[in-house]
Amino acid sequence: MASNASLDTSKKTPSSSAPILPRLVGFALLIALDVFAIWFSTRLVFFGYYPLLAAFLVITLFVNVVVLRKQAYPIRWMLIGLILMAMFTIYPIIFTVWVAFTNYGEGHLITKEQAVDQILDLKYLPESGKAYAWTAFKSPEGDYVLWLIDADGSAFLAKPGEPLAQPLPGEMGVGQLDAKGVPETIEGYQRLNPILAATDKTITEIQFGEAGQTIQVRSPSEAAQLVPLYVYDPDQDAMINQETGVVYKNLRGTFTSSAGQQLRPGFVASIQWTNFRDFFISPALRGPLVQLVSWNFGFAFFSLLLNFSLGLAIAIMFNDPDFPLKKLIRSLLIIPYTVPALITILVWRGMMNPELGVISRTMNDLFGWSPPWFTNQWWAKIAILLVNLWLSYPYFMLICSGALQSIPQDIYEAAIVDGASPWQKFKSITLPLLLVAVGPLLIASFTFNFNNFNLIYLFNGGGPPIPGTPTPAGYTDILISYVYNLAFSGSTGINYGFAAAITIIIFFIVGTITLFQFRYTRMWEEVSENV
Amino acid sequence: MSSLTSVQRLRTSARVQRQISIGIRLVVAVFLILFSLFPILWVISASLSATGTLATQTLIPKNPSFQNYLTLLKLDQFPFWNWFLNSLKVATITSLLSLAITTVAAYAFSRFRFRGRQTMLKAIFLIQVFPSLLALVATFLMISQVGDILPFIGLNNHASLILVYLGGAMGVNIWLMKGFLDTIPRDIDESAMVEGASDWQIFTKLILPLLRPILIVVAILNYISTYGEFVLARVLLRSNEQYTLMVGLQIFAGAQFTQRWGVFAAGALMGALPIMIIYLALQDQIVGGLTQGAVKG
Repeated sequence: MASNASLDTSKKTPSSSAPILPRLVGFALLIALDVFAIWFSTRLVFFGYYPLLAAFLVITLFVNVVVLRKQAYPIRWMLIGLILMAMFTIYPIIFTVWVAFTNYGEGHLITKEQAVDQILDLKYLPESGKAYAWTAFKSPEGDYVLWLIDADGSAFLAKPGEPLAQPLPGEMGVGQLDAKGVPETIEGYQRLNPILAATDKTITEIQFGEAGQTIQVRSPSEAAQLVPLYVYDPDQDAMINQETGVVYKNLRGTFTSSAGQQLRPGFVASIQWTNFRDFFISPALRGPLVQLVSWNFGFAFFSLLLNFSLGLAIAIMFNDPDFPLKKLIRSLLIIPYTVPALITILVWRGMMNPELGVISRTMNDLFGWSPPWFTNQWWAKIAILLVNLWLSYPYFMLICSGALQSIPQDIYEAAIVDGASPWQKFKSITLPLLLVAVGPLLIASFTFNFNNFNLIYLFNGGGPPIPGTPTPAGYTDILISYVYNLAFSGSTGINYGFAAAITIIIFFIVGTITLFQFRYTRMWEEVSENV
Repeated sequence: MSSLTSVQRLRTSARVQRQISIGIRLVVAVFLILFSLFPILWVISASLSATGTLATQTLIPKNPSFQNYLTLLKLDQFPFWNWFLNSLKVATITSLLSLAITTVAAYAFSRFRFRGRQTMLKAIFLIQVFPSLLALVATFLMISQVGDILPFIGLNNHASLILVYLGGAMGVNIWLMKGFLDTIPRDIDESAMVEGASDWQIFTKLILPLLRPILIVVAILNYISTYGEFVLARVLLRSNEQYTLMVGLQIFAGAQFTQRWGVFAAGALMGALPIMIIYLALQDQIVGGLTQGAVKG
């Protein structure tokens, strides 16, 4: 192995240093890429997308190392694939793992800083505080300005969104002042008489002055500066309501008072293992989850059993070189497999439609009864297994007939000489040898069905629903379709954190089966032998 | 004499038995074919049925017509050709690029020996097992963030969809490809190497031609699975004219399934046709590929 690598590099040195041009082009490309990377990173910083920035920098660094270091030569061959995989597969996986330990979901979608800023933006009009006497002016376009006079007699001009000004008569279009110190005219505006102003509802809703120091009309005689309703106390990690004095402490990403009142919005916060604990021991979820997991395994197991049995039976039946029309029969039988699954699943959904579908109508005509495919949980499960049988037996038929042909015929001849019955031949020769050949594919098929989201989602969306569950779940839901509802269906409480936690649990189940498959097929040993 | 007749009788009875067995098996085959083809026939009939709703359809359509096909090509909310071309474009580009990426990488895994080679191979396989459905939210966020900076690989764009598909390309097929490459004897490379050929020359001039059968299989399987994918596409594509056919069909089915059953059937049938043709024409190669370990996904 080591000698081989050195052989490779020694061969490489003359061939890669001789043509200068390709190397120069390579360096030019790398420099161009780095320039682009720097520009892209500054943009990411500008938008504040820091996790993406981190991923991008790691990938850029990796590319530079691989291109510049001679030892990394083999990696260059797979560089583009690795970049794409890192960006579009690994980064989302890491993100999902992080999310599984947070409360990310409805009401908890923004960062803590953003949530604190939003809450600190809330204002209220205090009972006391700096107060002004006010006079309103209105423009023909419906804009308002206020003329304010404080307790010391200083006068201010307040426009929405602009800092307070202290114009003298003649400045900013301000006309002559009357006896009370209020200008008689302001250019572009009409002075409102006090009664008209007091009854104008819009005035009380407008915030005058610059952001953060806004002034609002409190009563017909008084306008006052708004003050923030909440103050953030970093020591307690809590929000304190200035009007009532209530303290809202940070509780798993929501500022919550001791009475249980919550401030909106909440924010994304780490909640350690809570999502996983909920999955295993939450009493409200216990019932539906036990049902979901057992159906998930049951579905994958029975699908495999049925599909494989039918496929194998057909393969054996037509495993006869002289059988008439063999090729035609095979072509016709694999047609279900050739149509995109989305289409055929939707067609089955239509055919089994309880009122309108052909299967239900025919059975109603013949027997006066048809199975409630979509409303009864057991019939729904049977329907799903049936549709899956239709979808996948051609695949098993194909791989089994392939494997059958690889079993040497002389074993059978020996068995016939020994007087073995057809059943004995099947049980002791065909099945064991076949299982060795197709075993890995069976395991792969089990894991595929374990996460067969398309079938469940398209056929009946996991229905019929289990009554009384905290989050929507159906009797035919498998984990992955349940997770999809948790994460994406807008109906009740999107809980992405919990969904991510279940995804990781699914990954462990499927990953374990996959490792078992490796062991079983000796795939990894094969790799070692090659080294 | 008598023994001869008994042998003859035995022979004829064996022939009769064989014929009976073939007869029974043919009957079973007919039933199986009916089971397999019934839904397909039903869709064909639905697409030709004049009334076009789920409830009124019969297996042999009354007054068959191509009305549904004509409606399909005129409906504004069902721009069939648009979706169909989108699907062909995305699937073609994805499968070709993915083939290139996978082949080159598999060559490196098969021919070079370097530290971390086994670990990488195992890791790629395990990563591919992760249920990517949930990584969807992360993918969506990422694409929308990238799109703020570079709109042409942002949301509602075929380029970003293709990139995301390519992100999963290596995981799926690299083992299949590497397995095939391992069966090509290394003496071939070594003799070329002695004559001073570079790795790239060996790969393109010697190995690639030998890989032809497996290249076709991988490209086709990839094409078919990309063509049929709708979950990612539905999340990343946001406007009607950008949809791929599968996304369009699924949304159309959700909206007016029972009423526009005939139109749906016509669209589904026309959409399924290219894949069916590819499958039936190349079934021998595909079967070979399937038995070597690719699972339809």
